[in-house]
Amino acid sequence: MNAIQVERLSKRYGSVAAVDDISFRVPTGATVGLLGGNGAGKTTTIAMLLGLLVPTSGRITVLGHDIAKDRFAALARMNFSSPYVALPSRLTVRENMQVYGHLYNVPQMHQRIADLSRELDLGTILDRPAGQLSAGQKTRVALAKALINRPDVLLLDEPTASLDPDTGDLVRTWLEQYRADSGCTILLASHNMAEVERLCSHVVMLKKGQVVDRGSPDDLLMRYGRHDLEAVFLDIARDRRQAVEA
Amino acid sequence: MVRRIWGMMFRHVALYRRSWPRLLELCYWPILQMCIWGFTANFLSARMGNPALMAGATLLGGVLLWEVTLRSQMGVSISFLEEMWSRNLGHIFVSPLRPFEMVLALIGMSVIRMLLGVGPAILLAWAFYAFNLFAMGPVLVVFFINLMIMGWAVALGVVSLVLRHGTGAEPLAWAFLFGVAPFSAVFYPVSVLPVFIRPFSYALPTTHVFEGMRAALLQGVVRWDHLAAAFALNMVWLVAAAVLFTRQFHAARVSGALISIGE
Repeated sequence: MNAIQVERLSKRYGSVAAVDDISFRVPTGATVGLLGGNGAGKTTTIAMLLGLLVPTSGRITVLGHDIAKDRFAALARMNFSSPYVALPSRLTVRENMQVYGHLYNVPQMHQRIADLSRELDLGTILDRPAGQLSAGQKTRVALAKALINRPDVLLLDEPTASLDPDTGDLVRTWLEQYRADSGCTILLASHNMAEVERLCSHVVMLKKGQVVDRGSPDDLLMRYGRHDLEAVFLDIARDRRQAVEA
Repeated sequence: MVRRIWGMMFRHVALYRRSWPRLLELCYWPILQMCIWGFTANFLSARMGNPALMAGATLLGGVLLWEVTLRSQMGVSISFLEEMWSRNLGHIFVSPLRPFEMVLALIGMSVIRMLLGVGPAILLAWAFYAFNLFAMGPVLVVFFINLMIMGWAVALGVVSLVLRHGTGAEPLAWAFLFGVAPFSAVFYPVSVLPVFIRPFSYALPTTHVFEGMRAALLQGVVRWDHLAAAFALNMVWLVAAAVLFTRQFHAARVSGALISIGE
């Protein structure tokens, strides 16, 4: 059973193809990495999965719902986090959580906020305006917002960008734990290869809007004869492909 | 649905309940307008007697009712711009909130903002200038409804233009209705306008409301013909604005504007 199914998806802006005929599947409960350099089409793909952007062609199914026809049914069971989309900075963390608790129709919302606050260590910042938080605190708040509705599908666009190694590691640990506990499906777009190796069971490599390779991190390392995904990423990005058939 | 709409409203209510400058800003301009036109009306009536007193009353009625339209329009468009400025649209539109629910939430906020803004000015007119807006009777409610609907229709048009043209269209949120005011017969009857402008003036729902207001204040009659025209025109304006908004919202999803707007 696939939580996410993308078939022949394209997005064109005039003559420029931001995403060019890509297909991939994310099995239920898996964590899949969407990798690629700047402009590879990761964020565009996530925006289309969320219904924020209409594809030029192709089909997206999330949790059995066709995003083109029935996106709101899927959106109620999804959530999203990105450092590039902000929460209202003048609202406190608690108020932001309440807003999204209402928008996602979260039952026992105050209890849910208290639980997330404990799990993500937000207790001391819950009543501070979101705009006054550090980058690490904002990331934890964004994660809390993304988990407010206990999503079945979580889309994360560079969730640890701009975080120090310690905070980044805490976030990754927490994501691993959450996925193990909830069975949530995660699609992770990232530049951080160590993060992808650690979290993802499967990787889709994008370049110039196209899928150029895919497989488990171990498969890719073996096929490219490398010891880490960063070297594989550079091989693909710089067209130094050395993949061999397993 | 109701909870999602309240969630969207709560985002703005939370902002206002903690910020007295924001609350002050809501009623600042209506009160300022009332002071200027209230003293002007007092001055005219002191110099010219009873006819000017009646003219002053229609002037103050015009000021207050025009603020209803203006505050209703700004209540919707400024609340939308707040989302844009805070780069929050990306989160809102990937939640299960439907676009029409967002519009209803913005309309709810505009009613709150309008009441907070115009309410003190109405009290001021009564306390300092002996002008009781409620003396017009229950028809006042009909005037309010029509003026609010006109404000919402214009606001939807403004939001559509912001979706289409981005932040470059922001000034319209403040400026658009000021451009409509001279043709809305707010302070003077349509008969004052040049003949070639009158058809345009009569195409505005506000014109019929203000003609009706003058009839209520000066002759004590309810002009149902004007009220019916105002309602009919409002429906046309509102449907046109809703169609425009729906199309621009879809166009923004095609162009990617929902991701980049406000940046």
